[in-house]
Amino acid sequence: MVNIASLWQYLALQAPLHSSMSGEPLNLTKMGLTTYTLPALPYAYNALEPHISAQIMELHHSKHHQAYVTNLNKALESHVAAVAAGDVAAQIALQQTIKFNGGGHINHSLFWKNLAPAGTEETRADAAKGLVAEIDRTWGGLENFKKTFSAALLGIQGSGWGWLVQEGGHGGSLRIVTTKDQDPVVGGDVPILGVDMWEHAYYLQYLNGKAAYVENIWNVINWKTAEERFQGKSEDKLEEKSEL
Amino acid sequence: MSSTLLRTVPALRGALRASGAPKAAAMASTTFVRGKATLPDLSCECIDNLTYTQRPQAATLRGASSQGDDYGALEPHISGKIMELHHTKHHQTYVNGLNSALETIAEAESKGDFTKAASVAPLLNFHGGGHINHTLFWENLAPASRDGGGEPDGALKKAIDSDFGSFDTFRKQMNTALAGIQGSGWAWLVKDKSAGTLGLVTRANQDPVSGPFVPLLGIDAWEHAYYLQYENRKAEYFDAIWNVINWKTVAARYGKD
Ligand SMILES: [Fe+2]
Ligand SMILES: [Fe+2]
Repeated sequence: MVNIASLWQYLALQAPLHSSMSGEPLNLTKMGLTTYTLPALPYAYNALEPHISAQIMELHHSKHHQAYVTNLNKALESHVAAVAAGDVAAQIALQQTIKFNGGGHINHSLFWKNLAPAGTEETRADAAKGLVAEIDRTWGGLENFKKTFSAALLGIQGSGWGWLVQEGGHGGSLRIVTTKDQDPVVGGDVPILGVDMWEHAYYLQYLNGKAAYVENIWNVINWKTAEERFQGKSEDKLEEKSEL
Repeated sequence: MSSTLLRTVPALRGALRASGAPKAAAMASTTFVRGKATLPDLSCECIDNLTYTQRPQAATLRGASSQGDDYGALEPHISGKIMELHHTKHHQTYVNGLNSALETIAEAESKGDFTKAASVAPLLNFHGGGHINHTLFWENLAPASRDGGGEPDGALKKAIDSDFGSFDTFRKQMNTALAGIQGSGWAWLVKDKSAGTLGLVTRANQDPVSGPFVPLLGIDAWEHAYYLQYENRKAEYFDAIWNVINWKTVAARYGKD
């Protein structure tokens, strides 16, 4: 298991990659290549209805998220091979692909976990006492926070995500940020809540009416997960399986 | 388009010049009424049947077509429902956003608040670009039963052969460019004004084609352009759209400047 921060470190290519001994045939397993896997949803595809349809959830998880995982693994494999071959140009060319698909994997993994079926304990703001108190201090109330966050979501031009983060690390002040395409939250910010604003996240049900999607998503926000992330007690891990 | 606006928001000059210049015939149906943009008709030639034939001067102000069936003209390649939402909702939203940005700028300028006026630049770029791009897009599509599909001929064919090797290679490269867009955006066949050569470019979100490039053929790669019909299978949409490309429009744009 690797946590999300260290994957990001890898994606940012801050961590040195294993390289093979010169002259040895390429052996990806020996080089420590791991492949990421699609995490199971913590609820059924229809569990978020009527706010997010089962059809959207199934496509979003089994097709879109799966494609990010598949393409991330492919790119990482190519990257390892490029390192082994000493092909710097190929390594550079792969960085954006790794960032995009790695970001897509991270973002969706966070997103599924910060959603829960409407009406459950998890979706009550009571499940996030510490976080809500901090939200009150920052935005003067939960309603005003929701209004501000919703406005940020609707202001995204093109594909992207809206996030509630703790700035600079655990204990940092709360802030709303947006990221474009599949850029993940960076700079040490801790993601507390993420909302996918790609059209695929709502189009089959809401069509061009993204304001209604944003309004309804509050019914399925998992405040329990948000509180755990806020308290630094979350277990946001990316599932991977080693080739060994 | 006021010149003060252009001075205030230099980043938008290219896009707005493109929409106002008479030589940019492709843009001519981007209609402004008292400085306001309006949603162009999908059909530029025929009221009752959507034809998509280029007739830039003929754009009217009647707004979205009331002939619901018209939107089905590109079926089965692009569904009527997609076309209707895309034109009456998405394109309309860009038109509204553009007008609202222009109003905010005019108001800020009248108060001498140029900082405020300049701060609207991203909205003007996004909505102005969205209006320009969709206007070009409708015009470079046509029903498969009429001018849509097939291959270009004449000077355009020659240029494609010489700059891409063959029409088939060009189409493959355009599809690769479309598939490679990460997020929302467009792919364009463009002509380099100075060199006269053809090329492929992609643009993020609604950034319009500008600078040295004349847009000849645009394909919308936003998810709203295909999702209701093709869902996540965007490669199928990129394959199908070649059946409804209006090469007459593209050739006319190629021959203009
Ligand atoms: Fe998504
Ligand atoms: Fe569009």
